[in-house]
Amino acid sequence: MKIDIAHVAKLANLKLTPKEEKDFEKQLSAILDYFKDLQKLNTEKVEPISNITGLQNVSREDEPKPSLSQEDALKNAPKIHNGFFEVDAIFQENE
Amino acid sequence: MKYEPVIGLEIHIELNTKSKMFCSCSAEYFGADPNTHTCPVCLGLPGALPVANKVAIASAQKLGIALHCENLLSSKFDRKNYFYPDLAKGYQISQYQEPFSLKGYIEFDVNGETVKIDVTRAHMEEDTGKLAHAEVENKKVSLIDFNRSGVPLVEIVSEPQIHSSDVAKGYAQKLQQIARYLGISDCDMEKGSMRIEPNVSLRPAGSNDLPQYKVELKNINSFRFVQKAIEYEITRQTEILEKGETPALETRGWDEIKNKTFSQRAKEMAHDYRYFPEPDLPPYLFTKEYVAELKANMPELPDEKRARFIRDYQLSTYDCALLTTDIDLAAFFEDTVKAYPKGEPKRIANWIIGELLRRLNESQTPLSSLNLVPASLAELLLLTDEGKITTASAKEIFEKMITSGKNAQELIKEFGVEAITTDKLEEVVEMVIKQNDKVVAEYKAGKEQVFGYLIGQIQRQTQGKADPKTAADLLVKKIKK
Repeated sequence: MKIDIAHVAKLANLKLTPKEEKDFEKQLSAILDYFKDLQKLNTEKVEPISNITGLQNVSREDEPKPSLSQEDALKNAPKIHNGFFEVDAIFQENE
Repeated sequence: MKYEPVIGLEIHIELNTKSKMFCSCSAEYFGADPNTHTCPVCLGLPGALPVANKVAIASAQKLGIALHCENLLSSKFDRKNYFYPDLAKGYQISQYQEPFSLKGYIEFDVNGETVKIDVTRAHMEEDTGKLAHAEVENKKVSLIDFNRSGVPLVEIVSEPQIHSSDVAKGYAQKLQQIARYLGISDCDMEKGSMRIEPNVSLRPAGSNDLPQYKVELKNINSFRFVQKAIEYEITRQTEILEKGETPALETRGWDEIKNKTFSQRAKEMAHDYRYFPEPDLPPYLFTKEYVAELKANMPELPDEKRARFIRDYQLSTYDCALLTTDIDLAAFFEDTVKAYPKGEPKRIANWIIGELLRRLNESQTPLSSLNLVPASLAELLLLTDEGKITTASAKEIFEKMITSGKNAQELIKEFGVEAITTDKLEEVVEMVIKQNDKVVAEYKAGKEQVFGYLIGQIQRQTQGKADPKTAADLLVKKIKK
């Protein structure tokens, strides 16, 4: 099965080298082909399932509990500024 | 060519739960220092497990019921995958295939006509962090605060059946009213607990096709601006279409200073969300009995309340619509009617609509922020009935009650507006007759228009504390003598 590897890489927010693109394209195609094999199975009598835990209606009471300190929350951030996480500007320059 | 606007609204309502949707961090983040209400779940740290908030789910379901939706008995959460800095996990937990509620409608009045707009769905999701744009060391950067990340939201999506900015505003206001009645959100647009995103496009008048493009308007913080932004878009898009071009598919913001929409070209983002079932949250199954119980425990909604007011208090539809604008105002009205021995709903409605509601609208303050109790208005009306103060003074006192929260007796004393007694008034009337003998003679000779002048003199002598009707009666009686 043919895969648009550039599109998949973009959705996954990954930058791939031309060599990686070639390699992954081959690997991902092989995986999809394998799923084709699975599709041959007769699943007519099998209910679709979206969760395999067997649990349902798991919820908690609406009670606030203490949060992390600001210091701990920001601890692993590559860049911080005045208590905020800092990243490159998200809006482009206005036209 | 004539064009018809095609508008759909996506409205996010932030629920007022104490804790967040999938973790126990406090959801009351407004005004808090950045990144002080976070934990591994809402920061999207690896291995953290979400657990859904019971109250938030019930709130979303109640809203669905109030919007006449089909409440699904089987529901689940899905992951919506995209990358954006305010979304720490790289996906947002939302609902795609099986939201809590589907297919409802909102009915409301616009310029005297009842309009019904279909609701496609009302699903639950988590809020994202908040981005601020700044310049740090001469470099443009974005700053992220994750306090809001994971706060429960309900997104209500309308069908693209709206064709004017008035209807769009009416729809959003009715939704706000319903959510406030339910007590599930304060729906404060300025604070961002209600966010309206209109999708606007135009098609040739008479066509039934959906246009090939749409423009999404974002970040608008008042009903008035929603209306203005839609109006602006209609004009802008008409101009583009008339040149034979097609408006770009884009997201635009509202510039409230320049009074125009502007392109918010975020860095390219693919709208391919690859929804899939959230593996960390098991599905939900509800019984019909559970939904029926939720419904039974819901407060009376605006339409029902209005119908009951019309029936029980024999007031006009217009008055009842005003009295039920706000659930607190409606309760204030009913409690005043109960507290005032003579009842007289119409009179109380006039006071509330003419005096209280007008001032609330002028000052843009909610009734709940005032220190005003129904018993105070009832007392004021009683004092007026007993002739202790004039109706004119009562209105002044009521205004002071609204601003100060003091009771009627206190204010009457403080401002010295007790109506003067009939004995005292008699003396004043006699004196005025004596001082104005020429005018009195003219009146006796048939020049009735001078009567007003004499009443004016009496009011001047009493600093307006004379009851106008009593003064007039006395004046007629004394002149005849």
